[in-house]
Amino acid sequence: MKNLILAAGLSAIASLAGAQDKPVLTVYTYDSFVSDWGPGPAVEKAFEATCACDLQLVAAGDGASLLSRVQLEGARTEADIILGIDTNLTARAKASGLFAPLSKMPSALDVPVDWTDDTFAPFDWGYFAFVYDNTKLKNVPGSFQDLIEADENLKIVIQDPRSSTPGLGLLMWVKTAYPEKADEIWAALSPRILTVTKGWSEAYGMFLEGEADMVLSYTTSPAYHLIAEEDNTKSAASFSEGHYMQIEVAGKLKSTDQPELADAFIDFMTSDGFQSIIPTTNWMYPAKFPQDGLPKGFETLITPVDSLIVSDTDAEKIRDEALAEWLTALSR
Amino acid sequence: MPNLSATTPFKLITGGAALILLLILTIGTVIAVGTATTFNQGLNPSDWAAIRFTLIQALTSAALSVIIAVPTARALARRQFRGRHIMVSLLGAPFILPAIVAVLGIVSIWGRSGLISDGLTALGAQPLNIYGFTGVVLAHVFFNLPLATRLILQGWLAIPSEHFRLAAQLGFSTSDVNRQLERPMLRSTIPGAFLLIFLLCITSFAVALALGGGPKATTVELAIYQALRFDFDLSKAAILAMIQFYLCIVTALVTLRFARPTDFALGLDLPPKRWDGTERGARIFDTTLLFAVAFFLFAPLISVILRGLPPLLSLPTQVWPALLNSVSIAIPAALIATLLATALAALITSLSKRTATFVESIGFLALAASPFVIGTGLFILINPYFDPFKLALPVTVAVNATMSLPFALRIILPALNRAEQNYGRLGASLGMTGFTLFRLAIWPRIKRSLGFATGLAAALSMGDLGVIALFAPPDFATLPLTMYRLMAAYQMDAAAGTALVLVATSLALFWAFDRGGRIDHHIR
Repeated sequence: MKNLILAAGLSAIASLAGAQDKPVLTVYTYDSFVSDWGPGPAVEKAFEATCACDLQLVAAGDGASLLSRVQLEGARTEADIILGIDTNLTARAKASGLFAPLSKMPSALDVPVDWTDDTFAPFDWGYFAFVYDNTKLKNVPGSFQDLIEADENLKIVIQDPRSSTPGLGLLMWVKTAYPEKADEIWAALSPRILTVTKGWSEAYGMFLEGEADMVLSYTTSPAYHLIAEEDNTKSAASFSEGHYMQIEVAGKLKSTDQPELADAFIDFMTSDGFQSIIPTTNWMYPAKFPQDGLPKGFETLITPVDSLIVSDTDAEKIRDEALAEWLTALSR
Repeated sequence: MPNLSATTPFKLITGGAALILLLILTIGTVIAVGTATTFNQGLNPSDWAAIRFTLIQALTSAALSVIIAVPTARALARRQFRGRHIMVSLLGAPFILPAIVAVLGIVSIWGRSGLISDGLTALGAQPLNIYGFTGVVLAHVFFNLPLATRLILQGWLAIPSEHFRLAAQLGFSTSDVNRQLERPMLRSTIPGAFLLIFLLCITSFAVALALGGGPKATTVELAIYQALRFDFDLSKAAILAMIQFYLCIVTALVTLRFARPTDFALGLDLPPKRWDGTERGARIFDTTLLFAVAFFLFAPLISVILRGLPPLLSLPTQVWPALLNSVSIAIPAALIATLLATALAALITSLSKRTATFVESIGFLALAASPFVIGTGLFILINPYFDPFKLALPVTVAVNATMSLPFALRIILPALNRAEQNYGRLGASLGMTGFTLFRLAIWPRIKRSLGFATGLAAALSMGDLGVIALFAPPDFATLPLTMYRLMAAYQMDAAAGTALVLVATSLALFWAFDRGGRIDHHIR
C-alpha cells in the first residue's frame, strides 16, 4: 500500500517533470474552461502553435475560488495568469496587490462598454437572463414586474450569490435596475423562487428536468441547445429593465517568472485564434468578434434593450448592501 | 469488569499515531487557517441563524433516520426473502451519491415535476412542494436511513442465535424478545448511529440549500464556503469550523453517555435463525415497511440509473483516466482508514470508560470537519515547503482515509469490543498472547466488520471531491471532479453517465470488500 502511494506520487512528479524543457506558462482558470467541451483544449493547441512553450491550464474551482486560490498562495504562486474572474471581483483582485498592469491596453473590443481597466483584459462577456422552454411556458414575463405578477405556479430557480457567480450577477442586476427598492423587489419575487442552489449546474440541471419554469443563466444559453443539440425549444426572456452583464477577464500576476510569455498570452487572448473558439465552447460572446462573424445561430439570440453594469469599485461597494437586502427579503 | 485487554505499548503507539493524524487534519488545519491572516469580521446575525438551522435540521434528520431504521433493520433481521442480500448490499448506494446527483434523483420522484406529483396532478390534486425544511430532512433521511439501517442491522446480527432459540423455548412473545434482547442491543447501537448521522447532516451544504428553498436553509458549511471563497476571510472560516467541532464534541459526549455495551453471553456463531415475530400483524408490518423503504430509497436511484444509461456508450474519453485516478485513491485510502480505525479501536477498548468515551468522541471529529477548511489548511501548511501539485495524490489519500475513519471506527469498535470481551478472555485463559491471540480469537470475529468498514470507506473516498479541488495538478482529475466539470460545460447527459459510472464503481468496491470480509463466514 505504501508502495502504491509512493508510485502514485512519483508518477505525478514524473508527469510534471516531462514538460520542463520548454518554458511553461501556468494559467489558473475555472473548471468548465478546461473540460473537453470547454475552450481549454483548443486554446492550448492554438497558443502552443505560436509560442514554442507549454501552456498549462490549471482548473481551480469556479470564478470566485480562482482569486482566493492565488490570495492563498500569495507571492509563491505557480500561476502566471489567472483567467476567468469577472468584473465584480476585479476591484478586490487589484486591492490584493498581486497583479501587474497590462503591457498594453486591449483595443477595438466588441464589449458593449468602454474598456478602461489597465490591469485586466476581457476575453468574453454575456448577459444574465432567465431561460425557459418555449414549448411549455406561454405568457413569458418581460420584466421583473411581470415576473412578480406572473401566475402563482410560475417558478424560477436561481443561484446563491454567496456561492455562485451568476447568483451574484442577479443580485447586481436587481440592484442596478432598482437601486432604491431592491429589497421590495426581492420580497415580491420570493413566492416565484422555487429554490436557490449552490451553483449554476444544480440550477440548470433542475430546470432541464422540468422542475422550474425558468432558470437564471445567460442570453447565450439557448445558443448551446440550438447549435450543439439542434434543439430550438430554449429561449431567454428579454426584460425591459435591461440585462446585467458579466465580463470575464484575465490578468497577469506580479510574481510571474514568464512576464513576456504572459503578455504574449494576453495579446493572443484578444486575437482571432482565441476569440473564434469562445462562442461555441464557452457559450458567451467573444470580447472581439471573429473576422468571420459570430457562428450561425447567435443571430437568433435576444438583444437586451439596455446593458447594465457598474464599475468594479462600485460593485465592491454595492455588494454587501445588496446581499444583506437579499438575505432579509428571502429569509422572511 | 476486569480490564483484560491491557494498554500495551504497541496499542499506544499505533492508536496514538492514528489519533495524532486525526488531530492534525482536523484541529491542526483549522489553526492553520485561523492564524494565516489577521483581519476578522466576526459572526453576524445570519451566521447565528445558520448555526440554529444547522442544528435543528441535523437533529431532526438524525432522529427520523434512526426511528425508521430500527423497524427496518428488525424486518431485515427477522425476515428471509428472495432479494434480501441485494437489498442489504444496495443500502450502501444512496449514501455514496454525489450531492448534485442525489438532488436530481430526489427531485425526479418528489419534485414538482416528479413521479408522485405527476400521479397527483393526474388525479386532479396539487403537485407536491417539498422545498423547505421538509426537503432538507427528506434528502438527509434518503442519504442516511440506509447507513443507520446497516449499522443497526449489524447489532441485530450480533445477538447470538442461541438467545433467540432460548427465548423461543421459554415461550417468549415478540414483545418479550424485544424487551430482553433487542432493547439492550439498541441501547448500545443507536447512540453511535444517531451521532454519525447528526454529524453528517451538520456538514451538508449543497443538498440542504437546493432542497431548502432559499437562504433560510443556510448551514454553517455554506458560511464557511462563503468566508473562504468569496470573502477570503480565513479567520472567520476558522471560527465557524471551531463551532462545528464544538457541536460535534458536545453531541458526541452527550450521546455516547447513553450508550451501554451489551452483555450477551457467548454464542457459537450459529447462523441467525428467528422464532419470534411470526404473528400475522408483525409479518404484514414488516412487509409493508420493507416495500415502503425500498421505494423511498431505490426510486430516486433507479431514476439516476435510467438517466445515466443512454449516455454510457458515448462517454467522453476523459472519464476513464479519471475513473482510474479515483480508484487508485479510494483503495489505499480505504485500507488506511481501516488500519487507523482498528488501531484506534484497539486503543479505546484498552482504556477506562471515561477516557475511552473521550477518545471515541475525538474519533468523530473528522466528520464535523469542513472539507474546505481541511483542504485550505493543508494547503497553507504544505505550500511554503512543497509544491502542492506534487503531493496531490498522497494528500488526497490521507484526507479521504481520515474522513472515512469515523465510519470505520463506528463499525469496528463494537465488534472488537465484543470479540475482546468474549474471546479475548478465553484466549488469555488458554495462555494466548499477541499475534496468536489476535489471529485465532479476535480476527475471525472482526473481519466481517473490517470488510464492511473498508468497503464503506472505499465508496466514500470515490465520491469525495472536497480536497482534490485545491490540489489537483493540470491534467489530473477524479471522477466526481470530471462530472462537475462536464455539468458546468452544459454536458448534463455526459455528466449523468459519469455519475452512473461513479455509483457503479463505488458499489462494486463496497461490495467486493464487504463480501471479502464474509468469506468463510457462515454468519450472514
